[in-house]
Amino acid sequence: MTPPNGSSGVITPPGTPSRNGHHTVQEVESITIRFAGDSGDGMQLAGTQFTNTSALLGNDIATFPDFPAEIRAPAGTLPGVSGFQVHFSSTDIHTPGDVLNALVVMNPAALKTNLKDLEPGGYLIVNGDAFGVSDLDKARYKVSPLDDGSLKNYRVVRVSIGKLTREAVAECKLSPREADRCKNFFALGLVYWMYERPLETTLKWIRDKFGKNPQFVDANSRALKAGYNYGETVELLPVQYKVAKAKIAPGTYRKITGNEALALGLVAASMKAKKTLVFSGYPITPASSVLEQLADMKRFGVKTLQAEDEIAAAGVAIGASFGGAIGVTATSGPGICLKSEAIGLAVMTELPLVILDIQRGGPSTGLPTKTEQADLLQAMFGRNGECPAAIIAPQSPSDCFDIALEAVRIATRFMCPVFLLSDGYIANGAEPWKVPAVANLPNLEVKNITEPNGAGWGGAAHENGAGDAAKYLPYKRDELLARPWALPGTPGLEHRIGGIEKQDVTGNINYDPENHEHMVRTRAQKIENIALTIPDLDVIGPADADLLVIGWGGTHGTITTAIERARRKGQKVAQAHFRYLNPMPKNTAEVLARFKKILVPELNSGQLLWLLRAKFLAPAQGLNKIQGRPFLVSEIESAIDGMLK
Amino acid sequence: MSASATALPTLSTKDLSSDQEVRWCPGCGDYSILAQMKKALTTVGVPREKMAFVSGIGCSSRFPYYMNTYGFHTIHGRAPTFATGLRLANPDLQVWVVTGDGDGLSIGGNHTIHLLRRNVDVKVLLFNNEIYGLTKGQYSPTSRPGTKTKTSPVGSVESPIRPLTIALAAEATFVARTIDVDVQHLVAILQRAAAHKGTAFVEIYQNCKIFNDGVFEYATDKSVKAEHVLYLEHGKPMIFGKDRNKGIRLNGLKPEVVEIGKDCGPDDLLIHDETLSEPTLANLLSRMVNPEFPEVVGVLRAVRKPTYEELMDKQAADAVAKKGPGKIEDLFKAEDTWTVE
Ligand SMILES: Cc1ncc(C[n+]2csc(CCOP(=O)(O)OP(=O)(O)O)c2C)c(N)n1
Ligand code: SF4
Repeated sequence: MTPPNGSSGVITPPGTPSRNGHHTVQEVESITIRFAGDSGDGMQLAGTQFTNTSALLGNDIATFPDFPAEIRAPAGTLPGVSGFQVHFSSTDIHTPGDVLNALVVMNPAALKTNLKDLEPGGYLIVNGDAFGVSDLDKARYKVSPLDDGSLKNYRVVRVSIGKLTREAVAECKLSPREADRCKNFFALGLVYWMYERPLETTLKWIRDKFGKNPQFVDANSRALKAGYNYGETVELLPVQYKVAKAKIAPGTYRKITGNEALALGLVAASMKAKKTLVFSGYPITPASSVLEQLADMKRFGVKTLQAEDEIAAAGVAIGASFGGAIGVTATSGPGICLKSEAIGLAVMTELPLVILDIQRGGPSTGLPTKTEQADLLQAMFGRNGECPAAIIAPQSPSDCFDIALEAVRIATRFMCPVFLLSDGYIANGAEPWKVPAVANLPNLEVKNITEPNGAGWGGAAHENGAGDAAKYLPYKRDELLARPWALPGTPGLEHRIGGIEKQDVTGNINYDPENHEHMVRTRAQKIENIALTIPDLDVIGPADADLLVIGWGGTHGTITTAIERARRKGQKVAQAHFRYLNPMPKNTAEVLARFKKILVPELNSGQLLWLLRAKFLAPAQGLNKIQGRPFLVSEIESAIDGMLK
Repeated sequence: MSASATALPTLSTKDLSSDQEVRWCPGCGDYSILAQMKKALTTVGVPREKMAFVSGIGCSSRFPYYMNTYGFHTIHGRAPTFATGLRLANPDLQVWVVTGDGDGLSIGGNHTIHLLRRNVDVKVLLFNNEIYGLTKGQYSPTSRPGTKTKTSPVGSVESPIRPLTIALAAEATFVARTIDVDVQHLVAILQRAAAHKGTAFVEIYQNCKIFNDGVFEYATDKSVKAEHVLYLEHGKPMIFGKDRNKGIRLNGLKPEVVEIGKDCGPDDLLIHDETLSEPTLANLLSRMVNPEFPEVVGVLRAVRKPTYEELMDKQAADAVAKKGPGKIEDLFKAEDTWTVE
């Protein structure tokens, strides 16, 4: 019996006999599995349940949900296929996996669109009931792939999932349609059996979810158990696979997606800052879920507003910041376009603002449900005039929590807009997150000025004639060039701000040419000063590496895995990952100068590469993929091989 | 409670004047509005640090710079959004939006509508001069048909927006109109707006001396204005004219101008009621346009409905009452957790 090959190494090759002695259980390091079916088949749900169970079992996990752009494309067609990939492991993993060890397909369309990712020899679990003439036709198959020998390289397990599910729920008084909707739990049960997972987590979920409809609780539970028992009784596979607990740092964990982590991070930040969180957004994929979650957190002092458009969303957030709250807005690329003018105002008025850009494929409406990293230059330059803003990017779903706090820190410390560039891949992907101790969260408390700063802020008279010590000077700056944040409602600090150029210190309208240049440079320097408060760029790997691989954002896990593999092959490769994109860490130039070869993989045509070349004349090369999909580890691996040839 | 805690702050108009030089064209109607605004605010009982003026872009939108209160001069058309955010952050502030007809009804029409339908407690002053002032004289969405400007050299072919009708359609809870040079009326309306809870929408006829001088002459020229303006008073019949002998009567669903004593008796006239829950009467008044009708000034509608902030606060309070105030730890553990030893 050959174990699944590919990424999952077999740990204990000799199988241990199973309970009834006919088949064996093998322990493997990790497994990647994908559930694929029609958008109506509940594949996201099955995948999520499988993930939760695996996470609670103590595996490390990484997921990759892949949604069609259409909400419900006609059933059974190629555009309607929805997939959910789970990588679960007994070791520390960073990606949802390149190659599938097992693929569950509920219909021919799912088979057609997903088969290419299944490893040779991998398990293909097929819902055999869905391969009738019309099903095949909808997926544009002339002959059934189950019959024409085209699947001979895989271990095809054909199960009448539809029929067996209907039999399993026969007593539950469901309509045929309702009965059919339990198919995903049958399939899930089957997979639970294959990988020796317990059913409890999902049974409990079913009870919580369908509590009001006992017949649904009963039916879905039966379907799940039937799938499991079917696997066991018919001895479906010669081997069951076992993935041990991962050795992870002690602590309390939960599963978290990127957008969940952003929402939690923002609320935690507002609590640590002792400020109201005012969040305003306009629905857009893949950002909407941040607004959806925060809208349900009213008892945490969060105020959310679903604005009439993205311009309004930005306006509400900035107005809230003017009023002393933490103003946050979230959107995706097309929404950033609309917010640009308002962001320029926040730059000009030097107010804190956090802008979450959950990037997706562009331009224009682009690929709404697919990931891309192509808004970096928009965040960097996409406004009129000289208009610098801070830019940071999370590297994984759980990192979204920390980076949300960091965004709030920078915005309030420096009085400036901060772009947080997440993406669809991070937003929807899930991984275990170690719940932090509240005491260890950064203290983000902000001091709002309550007395005029004329005197306390470096003396009375100065060149702009604003010598009145009793007067609040909105643009009198501190050592890092941040201006003081005075809140409406504070007696004695009445002042006016706005988007017209202001005289430094006094904040009076001013069209003086020298003042404008001074202010443009000051605003830029203020953003540069953020670098004084962030960590240096960390280079992981040998100091004399032949190649430095630089990444940013959601490609972190894939790049890390590729480099780990390269090192195992004996290649001398180092890694640097930019969490801070504007400003970049202070030592960036020095790091870039240390390496002769630099590779920059990005899910765009080379935007960070462009910045690195322009700013540092770095002799870097790009590896660029613009397909709406994340990198595969193998793609980065072979680029590394290519560079080291 | 001590006497000083209950005493209303007294402000002088000087207290409300900022040190910034006012830079509107001489003769601009904005001067009068600024002066009456300060006068009105001396009596509303709100300390000046609790007042905030938020504006978009346009001549009128320079207004916040001239008030010694908190002020935010934002971007074209979007003032309602910033004002909403400001109220959410600090519900203690009295927030005024100052906007022009281009700012508030063209580029910002959408935001104006949504501010009104949400009933955020913000007072919107629409300075209507039926022209774009700051960009030097292009027609605006309120310009009358045929208006000749730089961008409509042979006359505008567009139907003008009726600001009050739009406001009513957006479910505004307070809708009024007044005129820059009618100082007493202006002060009174501003005070009423200040006292309203919810979004107040006030259209102010404002003369642009430079690009649209005299568009409202029919309503401001002493010799003719009585014939062209109807001052609304709650509970009173709708009478106008120099001799107070004209009125508005309803003929079926249509208003008509009648002469008292000739066409009808005083009891046949429409009686104004600003408190009607259905804004049908207000809507009808908002659509009366010179020269066919006198144009109404005064309060068309003033009803009390829960504000956006009140409803939001209630939801938050309910959420706390149900599960207690949220702690960070609760948030972290909202999903299943597991412990690794
Ligand atoms: C995004 C944007 N578009 C256009 C302009 C130019 N602009 C400034 S004010 C204005 C119109 C002002 O007209 P109105 O609101 O009627 O105000 P007024 O100047 O008459 O008081 C325009 C088009 C701008 N500042 N920003
Ligand atoms: S252009 Fe018109 S509206 Fe603007 S300041 Fe001059 S007179 Fe007033």
